Amino acid sequence: MTNIREKIIKIDAAGIYYRDLNARLRDTIADGAAKIELTNVHGQRYIGTDLNKPVLVEIFGTPGNDLGAFMNGPRIIVHGNAQDGCGNTMNEGEIIVHGRAGDTVGLSARGGKIFVRDNVGYRGGIHMKEYKSKKPVIVIGGTAQDFLGEYMAGGTIILLGMNLKEGQDHLSKYVGTGMHGGVIYVRGNIPAYHLGKEVGVAKLSEKDNAALKEHVTEFARLFGYNADDILNGNFKKLYPRWLRPYGRLYAY
Amino acid sequence: MKNLTRINNTYNDDKVIDACSIFGAMDRSGRRFSGEGVIKAIANMHDRGNGLGGGFAVYGLYPEHPDKYALHLMYLSSQSKLETEEFLRDRFSVAWQEEVPVRQTAVIKNPPLVWRYFVDPPQSLPENQSADDYVVARVMEINTSGNDSFVFSSGKNMAVFKGVGYPEEIAEYFKLEQYQAYLWTAHGRFPTNTVAWWGGAHPFSILDWTVVHNGEISSYGINRRYLEQFGYQCTMQTDTEVIAYAVDLLMRKHNLPLEIAVKVLAAPFWDEIERMPEEEQNLMRAIRQTYGSLLLNGPFAVVIAHNGEMIGLTDRIRLRPLTVGEKGDMLYLSSEESAIRLISPELDTAWSPMGGEPVIGRLKPESRLQSSKGKKEALSR
Repeated sequence: MTNIREKIIKIDAAGIYYRDLNARLRDTIADGAAKIELTNVHGQRYIGTDLNKPVLVEIFGTPGNDLGAFMNGPRIIVHGNAQDGCGNTMNEGEIIVHGRAGDTVGLSARGGKIFVRDNVGYRGGIHMKEYKSKKPVIVIGGTAQDFLGEYMAGGTIILLGMNLKEGQDHLSKYVGTGMHGGVIYVRGNIPAYHLGKEVGVAKLSEKDNAALKEHVTEFARLFGYNADDILNGNFKKLYPRWLRPYGRLYAY
Repeated sequence: MKNLTRINNTYNDDKVIDACSIFGAMDRSGRRFSGEGVIKAIANMHDRGNGLGGGFAVYGLYPEHPDKYALHLMYLSSQSKLETEEFLRDRFSVAWQEEVPVRQTAVIKNPPLVWRYFVDPPQSLPENQSADDYVVARVMEINTSGNDSFVFSSGKNMAVFKGVGYPEEIAEYFKLEQYQAYLWTAHGRFPTNTVAWWGGAHPFSILDWTVVHNGEISSYGINRRYLEQFGYQCTMQTDTEVIAYAVDLLMRKHNLPLEIAVKVLAAPFWDEIERMPEEEQNLMRAIRQTYGSLLLNGPFAVVIAHNGEMIGLTDRIRLRPLTVGEKGDMLYLSSEESAIRLISPELDTAWSPMGGEPVIGRLKPESRLQSSKGKKEALSR
């Protein structure tokens, strides 16, 4: 008998209600499965939520909102696009999207990594946070829509702009509005008026470059790009100018 | 400590995840298709609604009466039907009338009587009043009469079907799988501030304009008071109603091009206007000054439709989601991409528009002329 840990457990998700699908995932993993393949996924929410083992979940189709919400350890690979709230408050693990992601990717994330090959929607990385060794990372291959890094409190966002045409600016306006922690590395042009007023712009330090190289190398390996080609681009660092931007908001 | 395991859900998957769902599908070549796919797509977003409202707008479904105004009425009592039918016979020439065919189902409770009337306005109309104006005025008259009759659809060669239930239940009730149309929009409702009743379900409409909406129009009061000055009476007790009247006023009465009308509803921010070339600045300032009272404030994603066009639009900072899918002549708009891919897995493109930027689907010119005589009139007006 083949050990369940070595087998790829395949689940055809067509027509399965999200609660039943997530229950099957939990049961399968409790039985010891380490690799699970979900096919015909069409909008089921919360896939991977409450999973806290380093299992591999491959998704074929379009997973629903809040993919990997509160997830603690698994690696999710999406062969398709992710919807809104991908990686909501995730604690540990990886989400790799071979396509684009919707709004609020990585919202309130407190650990783990999210790699999106193409673009992301509004409010990517909103209120991401970090504590000691827990530092969430989002790497976006394309561009982002408005409010990237809104109220960002920690972690790292890397915006690579690989699909921008020569001379084209990043889409996102109001970048880092309310930002008070963490860092955003941007490759490609982002006009000054696109930045929130809490955001400062700087060159990358050696430490920044080391972190950037680590994450970009992983991104390039995942999606089959040459890391050096990406790293040769022109990067700048966006950082919060104050740790308490609204400290005086309610003080007379 | 209190033991909460009995009342807590172990997996925390009991969160109420409601938000309205919107969907639209259009064949820009004018080819008509059955509603089955659209019903399947909106049903895939079942959990966004809570069963307190579902509805559809359907374009091109009455080729046997393409030039008659198709008035669809809800009657909450049979007495109101008698009174309103007398009114209709008096004010219109009624070419055909029938009860809208329905299928009795277990889940649809206390439905109103729903009838449709294919009518022409009188030959001689008061000066400065078009046939459309005449119809709008009569719709307002019926809807404010207080006799429990409501006109919820009044355009040519189109219809709204809606009620209290999940959208797939409403579709089953009204037998929508039997209709063929080139443009369908759909809505699953999660009522936030107002009551759930049959008239309060989406789409909202006037003439052939329809709107399905996810969000909240916090400028409703201002918008409503402005529209009242032009004879529009809000009677459906729901914010979305103002959008239908606003597009009718802007595009039919004031003849604004669609591209300008959407800048009224989702006007660019002042700092954006300041960065525009001078000519565009002047235009945008004029729009904001003239139509400030029709600016839609608050979060929204809408699908607006009328004969020949489908428009997707979100508020300027996109507080509600909208995904666009294209496959050949087919254009899809949806709250969620998965609903589109369920019925069209191999899309040419899928993307999300920037807040305030409209996505416009138009019938191709060759299909436009043959599909509707009404459109020809509109073009020559």
